[in-house]
Amino acid sequence: MSAEPAEGTKVPKICIRNLKVFFGNVQSLNNITLDIMRQEILSIIGPAGSGKTTFLRTLNRLNDLSPSFRSEGQVLLDGEDIYHPSYDPVALRKRVSMVFALPVALPMSIYDNVVYGPTLSGAPKKAKLDELVEKSLKAAFLWDEVKDRLKTSALRLSGGQQQRLCLARVLALEPEVILLDEPCSGLDPISTAKIEEALVALKQDYTIVLVTNNSKQAARISDRVAFFLMGELVECGSAIQIFTVPKDTRTADFVTGRFG
Amino acid sequence: MERRLDEKLAGLKNMLSEMSELAETMISESVRALMEHDTGLLANIEHQEERLDRLQVEVDENCCRLLALYQPTAFDLRLLLGASRISTEVERLGDKAVNISQIAFALSEKQPIAPSEKFPQMARMASEMVHESIHAFLTLDVARARLIIQRDDALDDLKNQVTQELVDLMKRDSSVIDCAIQFLVVARNLERIGDHATNIAEDAIFVAEGRDVRHGSEPSPYRPSASNLDATTEQAT
Repeated sequence: MSAEPAEGTKVPKICIRNLKVFFGNVQSLNNITLDIMRQEILSIIGPAGSGKTTFLRTLNRLNDLSPSFRSEGQVLLDGEDIYHPSYDPVALRKRVSMVFALPVALPMSIYDNVVYGPTLSGAPKKAKLDELVEKSLKAAFLWDEVKDRLKTSALRLSGGQQQRLCLARVLALEPEVILLDEPCSGLDPISTAKIEEALVALKQDYTIVLVTNNSKQAARISDRVAFFLMGELVECGSAIQIFTVPKDTRTADFVTGRFG
Repeated sequence: MERRLDEKLAGLKNMLSEMSELAETMISESVRALMEHDTGLLANIEHQEERLDRLQVEVDENCCRLLALYQPTAFDLRLLLGASRISTEVERLGDKAVNISQIAFALSEKQPIAPSEKFPQMARMASEMVHESIHAFLTLDVARARLIIQRDDALDDLKNQVTQELVDLMKRDSSVIDCAIQFLVVARNLERIGDHATNIAEDAIFVAEGRDVRHGSEPSPYRPSASNLDATTEQAT
């Protein structure tokens, strides 16, 4: 766990400015301003209903799928406002991809799961696909376990393996930002450790935003941690600061288990 | 919300409080043994030291257990780290008192010179510093802790005065050198007690504020620099 990203990497990938999110008349996020850096793991922690997942889904416009969704403020990806009417949400989701809490392996082979996304957006050559599968599965720390059975059904994998397959499927799209919504919530400690190991390795090439209910996980692998409460960003700081000397008493009460 | 951990931490504080009371008693009794040639106190000091040693081990075991089982963060984490460090400091206070009591025993038969009248004053000051520093830790009273750190200079001054008196005595009369050297050791032990109390006060500040003030430095608690990395929102205080 490092307190800060390595020198020279403190470049914002996503800048969120005065973000407010509403679903109908209910305000879910209130005036969030936050920079997310390249090559960092930013963890979002907070109790249920604090707006963590809403915030995450705002970063690749998944909330747009809800008819009552409305937002104010800006979310700038490399300086471009992703909520500008001319911004293509499909192209956005290729750059900013999501891994969900529940691993959903498609009912096809391991190999086909990984190449599913890339083949939808064209038909790369077989050799290129083979290379992509190996690269993605290796990056997701799954290659060694499945390399001899790529053509078997993905549904035969364990829950932890399926979640890493989902990660590999996202990586095959070659995104720039990976969003993860409680990716280890249903996994055993060994599978959790493998996902964490993969994420720490991946941050060299990606910007990673992780929503987690496991504050120990946030402490273990994050560069920075943001604490959300009732739709507000209470505090954001290095993982070591948040878990040893939180500035806000609400953060201290949450990380010490007094509520949440 | 009352947590199970709160109960365990309260137990840990009680143990440290008991250690502190034992150490304070040992310090005053060891100096009384020296001043009044009362060797009857020595058995009691040894008995108290055994209890102090046992408590130190218990505190450390409890800290280790709570770290492993609860994986504490923030204040809880600082409290456990502080408690472990403080138990070591208090145990060393007991060692200093034992050192003084051993000198009291060695000199009980024959003292060619009377012990300095400043010894009881030093012992009183040292005991008060110990009492205050532990209290600052238990009540998270940073102002109190800072006063103790400042007060250490006064104890150092007293030790220097005693040292000068003893050196002058030795210059005038070489027959008192053996005894004077023992008294120098007593002064040194009392001065070291003040140093341990200062360390406890510094730990109290760390526990209360997360600020490490040891070795005269006072950096901010793990606060990132003013770079844009720490893009805390305006809502955060």
